[in-house]
Amino acid sequence: MRDISLHVLDIVMNSIKANATLIEITIIETTSKVSVTIKDNGQGMSEDYVKHVLDPFLTSRTTRKVGLGIPLLYQNVKKTAGEFTIESKLNQGTLVKAVFNKNHIDCIPLGDMEATIITLITLEPKVDFIYRFKTCNEEFVLNTLEMK
Amino acid sequence: MKKSVEELMKIRQETLKKMELRENDAHCRIVVGMGTCGISAGARPCLTAIVDEVNKRGLSNVQIVQTGCVGMCRLEPMFDVIIGDKKYTYVDMTPEKSRQVVVEHIVNNRVIHEYTIGEEEKE
Repeated sequence: MRDISLHVLDIVMNSIKANATLIEITIIETTSKVSVTIKDNGQGMSEDYVKHVLDPFLTSRTTRKVGLGIPLLYQNVKKTAGEFTIESKLNQGTLVKAVFNKNHIDCIPLGDMEATIITLITLEPKVDFIYRFKTCNEEFVLNTLEMK
Repeated sequence: MKKSVEELMKIRQETLKKMELRENDAHCRIVVGMGTCGISAGARPCLTAIVDEVNKRGLSNVQIVQTGCVGMCRLEPMFDVIIGDKKYTYVDMTPEKSRQVVVEHIVNNRVIHEYTIGEEEKE
C-alpha cells in the first residue's frame, strides 16, 4: 500500500465483510505520531483466530477472511517502530489500532483520507460511518448517522 | 390519523416491493474488485473516476457495488460490467480507461474488447 488511507480502506472492507453496521474511524495526528483506530460492531473473531490474524499464510489457509490486509498494515507499522494492536470479541466487534512514528524515514504518508471516506460512503449506503480526524489544535467529525 | 398494525404492515410490504423493483430496474451493474490486491493496485482512483463519470452523465440506472478478491490479483484493478445477462470483465484498469468504459460501454453500448479479460489473456 502506498499510503495510510489505502490501509484504512482495506481494513474497513474487513469490517464490512463482517456485517458491521457502524464503523468508527479515528485518526489522531500529533507532531511525532499518526494513530489510526478502526472500530466496528461486526461479527468479531474468536480468541484463537485473533492470534493467527498477523500470519498471512495461516489465515489464508483457513478461511481467507483476513488474508494479507492486516499483515501488510502490520509490516508498515513495524517499519516505523510503531505499535499495532487488534482486539476482537465474537459477536461484538473488532478494534484495530495502528500507531505510526511519523518522523521515521520509512513512514508512509497519510494519503487521501477524503477519497477513502467518500468511497466507503458511496459503496456502502447501508453502513454508518463516524470519521474523526484530530490534530493538536483541530478536530473534524463526520457522522453519516446525522446526515441520513 | 392512527394506523393499525395491519395497515402499517401493508405499507411496509408495498414499500419493500417498490424498493425491490427499483433495484431490479437498475439496468447496469458495475462490480469493482476492492480486495487488498485491488486497493493496492489502484482500485480506489478507478472507482472514484467511475462514480464521477456516472454522476456527470446523470446515469440513474447504473448500480455500483464492490466485491472482494476474485483470485486474479495480477490483473487488478478490475471491474465487471453487467448489463442484462451479459457480463464483461475489464482488467488492468486506470482512471482514464474506466471513464472510457463508462462512456463507450454503458452510454454508447459498444464493448471495448481490447480492455476485457479475454484479450488480455490472449497475449
